[in-house]
Amino acid sequence: MSAATGIARVGRRALPRGSTLSVGIAILAGWLLLALLCPWIAPYDPIAQDADATLLPPHAAHLFGTDNFGRDLLSRVLWGARVDLQMCVVGVAFPFVFGTVIGAVSGYVGGVLDTLLMRLIDIVLAFPFLVLMLAIITILGPGLGSFYIAMALVGWVSYARLVRAQVLTLKQRGFVVAARSLGYRRGRILFLHLLPNALTSSIVFAMSDCVLVLLSGASVSYLGLGVQPPTAEWGVMVAEGQGFITTAWWITTFPGFAIVVLATGFSFVADGLGDRLGARP
Amino acid sequence: MHRYLFVLWRPVQLLPVLFGISVLVFAMMRAIPGDPARMLLGVRSTPEAIARIRAQFGLDEPLWLQYVYFVRNLMHGEMGKSIIYRVDTLKLVDARLPPTVLLVAGSVLLAVMIALPLATGAARHRGRVLDHLIRLVSTIGLGLPAFWLAIMVILLFSVSLGWFPVSGYGSDWLERLHHLFLPCLTVALALSAVLTRNLRASLLTELQSDYVTAARARGASENRIFWRHVMPNSLIPTINLLAVNIGWLIGGSVVIETVFAIPGLGQLLVKAIVSRDYMVVQGVVLVFALATVAVNLLADLLTVALDPRVKP
Amino acid sequence: MTLLHVRDLTIEDRAGAALVDGVSLSMRAGEILGLVGESGSGKTITCRALMRLLPGQGLAIRGGEIRFDGADVLAYSEAQMRAVRGRHIGMIFQNPASHMNPVMTVGRQIAEGRRLHFGASRREARGHAVELLRQVGIPDPARRVDHYPHEFSGGMLQRAMIAVALACEPRLLIADEPTTALDVTVQMQILRLLQDLRDRLGLAVIFITHDLGVVAQTCDRIAVMYAGRLCESGGKRDVLAAPLHPYTQGLIDCQPSSEGGVGPMPTILGQPPVASRFPAGCRFHPRCGHATAQCEAGQPSMRMAAGADGHSVACHHAADRPRAVTRPDRDAIASA
Repeated sequence: MSAATGIARVGRRALPRGSTLSVGIAILAGWLLLALLCPWIAPYDPIAQDADATLLPPHAAHLFGTDNFGRDLLSRVLWGARVDLQMCVVGVAFPFVFGTVIGAVSGYVGGVLDTLLMRLIDIVLAFPFLVLMLAIITILGPGLGSFYIAMALVGWVSYARLVRAQVLTLKQRGFVVAARSLGYRRGRILFLHLLPNALTSSIVFAMSDCVLVLLSGASVSYLGLGVQPPTAEWGVMVAEGQGFITTAWWITTFPGFAIVVLATGFSFVADGLGDRLGARP
Repeated sequence: MHRYLFVLWRPVQLLPVLFGISVLVFAMMRAIPGDPARMLLGVRSTPEAIARIRAQFGLDEPLWLQYVYFVRNLMHGEMGKSIIYRVDTLKLVDARLPPTVLLVAGSVLLAVMIALPLATGAARHRGRVLDHLIRLVSTIGLGLPAFWLAIMVILLFSVSLGWFPVSGYGSDWLERLHHLFLPCLTVALALSAVLTRNLRASLLTELQSDYVTAARARGASENRIFWRHVMPNSLIPTINLLAVNIGWLIGGSVVIETVFAIPGLGQLLVKAIVSRDYMVVQGVVLVFALATVAVNLLADLLTVALDPRVKP
Repeated sequence: MTLLHVRDLTIEDRAGAALVDGVSLSMRAGEILGLVGESGSGKTITCRALMRLLPGQGLAIRGGEIRFDGADVLAYSEAQMRAVRGRHIGMIFQNPASHMNPVMTVGRQIAEGRRLHFGASRREARGHAVELLRQVGIPDPARRVDHYPHEFSGGMLQRAMIAVALACEPRLLIADEPTTALDVTVQMQILRLLQDLRDRLGLAVIFITHDLGVVAQTCDRIAVMYAGRLCESGGKRDVLAAPLHPYTQGLIDCQPSSEGGVGPMPTILGQPPVASRFPAGCRFHPRCGHATAQCEAGQPSMRMAAGADGHSVACHHAADRPRAVTRPDRDAIASA
């Protein structure tokens, strides 16, 4: 007990308030750096096959081992960071922008437009997220581009809901009423006065949404409907290694860890930002 | 019992959503580039055959009429014929539904069994080592990809320990439970992270409430306060959270069924997408959407039963 | 017979600031004591300490003695303390809506104490709850007992909370601003109810309030707190008609007159100090018109005032100054 409280005290001192945010930022920055530098730091070509070095367990020459084509897994994980980070950024950016604008306009204008959009959101939300995405990918055909489009078509609803709710409450606040009484145009009030204030919770949500997008993108790729082999992407790599779990555990294990670490980074940033900005979506 | 009358009229309220779902599903399948008739018959089909198919499926009619046919067929229990299996999608769905329902239900049960003690432990030891540990684990749990977790779980419990079968479904009930345990555990682990975080937060909020002070002032013990007063109040938002997450859960089951080769709806969907069996995709997506709506209805009902303040 | 005896009660927060400093009180059965002071003066903390339910974290009783019915409450174990809470000391709160569990019927919350302390069966406790609801004046109690808090109005809910506190027939009732959140008409009903209960059951009641009008109507005795210390206590008539402490005097002057006075509302200059920065000497001296060097230097202790029975005051100059002049409206308060 006393040892435990001792550890807790040390832990509290070592991790002061707001530390989740810094740890999260450090994780994200680390991955970003690795992704940017991978042409120089990756020891091998991520798609170069080597028939003499297949299914090697982790050792000095191949720290993460090699897969059934003799490709170096460390290099593939590093190059995969590029694809997966890009997936997060692009996969969140479109829903964020569309959803924020739609939600803000809908909440601000109100009326029939608002009612119709809310019904549409209800309908989109009635579908399981991944299932609707898969359906859209079916229409468009497998690939990263289809994933982005599907993400944009499905993901905007959460942002729209969030921002709409914020705008509806902010609309009643003094500074908006003041701006209106000064005769500012509606568009100006909405985008210069309301939106910046409504964005806080939307940004915090975007951070936690990155986790969802990462997991969705990796899942879709794992199912063979997203990023296509031989591109090094973590979900694809897990799928490729699945047939070898009994003989070569390292092929699936390392890319999975990469996903978990990156996702945890986003979660930490989301939690930390939420605490700091007092916005918990 | 007027509070429960809404069970009857809530589905009526849901009609616009149901209508929207059917329109969306219909529209999605019409959005597939290319001529459905040509796709059905192959590239080297004769123009006469294509014309015949077009007439047979009503593809010459205007879109709205096609939608009416689509809904009419649904009412008759026809979802469209699978080009792979050569039977109506509804038959396929019928056979594949039980494993998926079992998987989702089992996952929810397991997730609650994991999350309840964790959230309780964290909330009752707020700020201490146990709390920090549980928060860290559940935050990491948020980022666990289900397909990878499934493989790791197989590696541990099936390959190394040999406790559970690697994949498949089994023929009798006992065998099915045995087969479904690992898939359920996988989905449950991911879900319990979300549940733990939210239940902990709502437990902590409720623990600060005035009614807790009032209960203390009439001599209730901390245990009694926690289980009789705080827990019921905290579970109400958690049930809503579960309902909101049902769509996410179904998505998870799609992936998990593929990993564990469970003959459920999710596996059917993925196979149909890969083989471009559009009628099946359409049918399964529709069933999943309807299931989500049904679960949310159930959660509404449960909330009304548990929270006297909610008036439908 | 003395029911409650508090001597030199001192409560500190984590930083060591004394939020309650050397407070002494004593109460007899059937007595209503008005504990008066501005918010932050320590009156709520003092009363929570009687139940050993200090609000917030880091507050601790650092010194003094609390004797309830002759027994040393501070020496009790947590389990012994639970046997006192609700059983011998009941408590009602300022905001009845937030102090009732929203998903438990009012009846079950009233019954809870009965079941805990007397081991009553569900049926017995429910029957008793109906009876209590009737006693506190809730119409149709047999139906109301199964209702949830949100189905009650504010005044009704405060009555229900009084029923909760009375469930085990406690001998001391602590009422923490029970009428502040209520309409004026409902306030009067609740006050009358409390007085009536005192008369019928011989309850001792500590009535926490900042409203001197309420005190004048309800209480037998008054204790005035300022910045964690007691500054004056005594019989209602003595204290209201002839306040000895400049702070008490100020409080009485601040009561709006029912006749609509002329000129600005009198106020006490300045702000009450926060706990971490209580001034040295008499804590009221920075706001006191009569302060001298002596007031800055040393804390006055509670001393019996000459003449009036049980009227004591903590002021260096209480004896020097002539007894306060009464204004007409103050007489109205005192004779109410």
